[in-house]
Amino acid sequence: MMKLSAGDKVLQVMIYAVLLLLGFITLYPFWNSLVISFNVGSDTALGGITFWPRSPTLDNYEVVFRDSRIGHAFLISILRTIVGTTLSVLFTAILAYGLSRHELMGRKVYMVFCIITMYFSGGLIPTFLLLRGFGMMDTFWVLVIPGMISVYNMIIFRTFFLGLPAGLVESARIDGCNHIGVLTRIILPISGPVVATLSLFTAVYHWNDWFSASIYINDTRLIPIQTLLKQILNSNIVTDQLQKAIGSSAAAQDRLALVQSVTSKSLIMATTMVATLPIIMVYPFLQKYFVKGVLIGSLKE
Amino acid sequence: MVVPAMLFIFVFSYLPMYGVLMAFQDYQLFGGFFHSPWVGFKHFEAFFNSPDFWNVMRNTIVISLLKLCIGFPAPILLALMLNEVRLMLFKRIIQTVSYLPHFLSWVIVGGFVGSMLSTDNGSVNMLLMGLHLTSEPISFLSVPEYFWGILVGTGIWKEMGFAAIVYLAAIAGIDPHLYEAASIDGAGRFKQIQLITLPCIRPVIIIFLILAVGNILNAGFEDILILATNPILRDVSDVIDTYVYRMGILNNRFSYAAAAGLFKAVVSIGLLALANKAARKMGSSLW
Repeated sequence: MMKLSAGDKVLQVMIYAVLLLLGFITLYPFWNSLVISFNVGSDTALGGITFWPRSPTLDNYEVVFRDSRIGHAFLISILRTIVGTTLSVLFTAILAYGLSRHELMGRKVYMVFCIITMYFSGGLIPTFLLLRGFGMMDTFWVLVIPGMISVYNMIIFRTFFLGLPAGLVESARIDGCNHIGVLTRIILPISGPVVATLSLFTAVYHWNDWFSASIYINDTRLIPIQTLLKQILNSNIVTDQLQKAIGSSAAAQDRLALVQSVTSKSLIMATTMVATLPIIMVYPFLQKYFVKGVLIGSLKE
Repeated sequence: MVVPAMLFIFVFSYLPMYGVLMAFQDYQLFGGFFHSPWVGFKHFEAFFNSPDFWNVMRNTIVISLLKLCIGFPAPILLALMLNEVRLMLFKRIIQTVSYLPHFLSWVIVGGFVGSMLSTDNGSVNMLLMGLHLTSEPISFLSVPEYFWGILVGTGIWKEMGFAAIVYLAAIAGIDPHLYEAASIDGAGRFKQIQLITLPCIRPVIIIFLILAVGNILNAGFEDILILATNPILRDVSDVIDTYVYRMGILNNRFSYAAAAGLFKAVVSIGLLALANKAARKMGSSLW
């Protein structure tokens, strides 16, 4: 350990202070929203809610979970994340495996063909019209299929596959394994960290994406949670309707209490927390992977 | 095995490129690309002459420049500061916290921003009033003057920690002997940052700077759609991408919107080439 001079000590203290402040600013909005989501809405409206709930309640969550649309949207998001991530990672890996094989004729051409799409695209409007032309509007698949092959992820996979010892694949081929078998039984199992990282990034994308559903989907039964949340944030009318819907389904005496204590702000915060929860829950387990993933991704530059 | 994937890329990435041609047509919904009349540069002219053009261009450029000038150095600064921290536990906690917002959707971030800034006892207004800096709650998200600041600040809040990962890795790769030698020569930590750390991570910084310049017309899309819900803000919030979205998807002016989008793509590619040329003069380049 090097000795610190007086100037260095001042610098250290300043850095710790700034970092603490940054940490606080980063965490505070979460914490405050969480607190508001557990506080009686009519009480929150009086102000002063910062670090702790003043009158704790689960009413906001009760309203959120009683609303069938939110539960349904949550399921759609989970389904989309699972199906979308599995398909995307699998097909991207298949393509990457193919392009990593030296016996493939014209693989340079194929690579260029893929890479061009990273820099040029038709843009929002032509893509929208194409998908509409295919009749994919208002289907579950429009959320999953168009983004199934990620060229960026493919390059990361391919770079990793190229680094594996060639003898591995050759011996499996000699033992009579076909390419699909080689990929699923040998290559993918030993590519753990890459598969985990790319799955994580793909899953986060699918969970968080609200925009594609907002333009391709009108059918309320197919709206994912983030898109629904966006709609709720944009209009207080929706939350009013939500409260009324709850009011009519609950027993008469609960009804009045619920509608009085829950405000649109507390409702929005509870819904936001429900949409955030899955990410917060998996986050601690995934941290070590994504740091590695970012570095694998940036190696290519 | 490769062929199905290639077909797939062809269908979902190349077919839309062909669709770019509709910027030169009067696109008819029922005629499609093949039966719509060609009109040359009509839609481009309409876009350049429209009263929105200068406004949209100004917002696009100002917002991107703000993001570049403030948002680009922020993660470098964070990485430099984290690198000075000796308490490993403290460092790890701050890092873990700083990544977190990257994994949230813009919708959720928008919910937080709305709640923090709300006039209805939002934390920021409570703080300002508690410090007697203002007597009335300020409705931040409906004052055009504040919008750029909120947009850039939120973007930094969301992405700074995650972007710092690469710089931290680059710093970790620096030979520790360099620091020892500098310290023996009497350089303090501040001098060491200036004379060793920064020059050593310069190539990484330049590569990311080129990428950022190539993105200069991507002023934002999701963030603006989420944060600028109040139509009062349109004069300061409308950028090319949101304009394309509004004209094309919401107003069904497909050809006009495609022309605006194509204009943006062409300018972006030009900027990327220029940035790369400049970087090559500085000794590193993308290709």
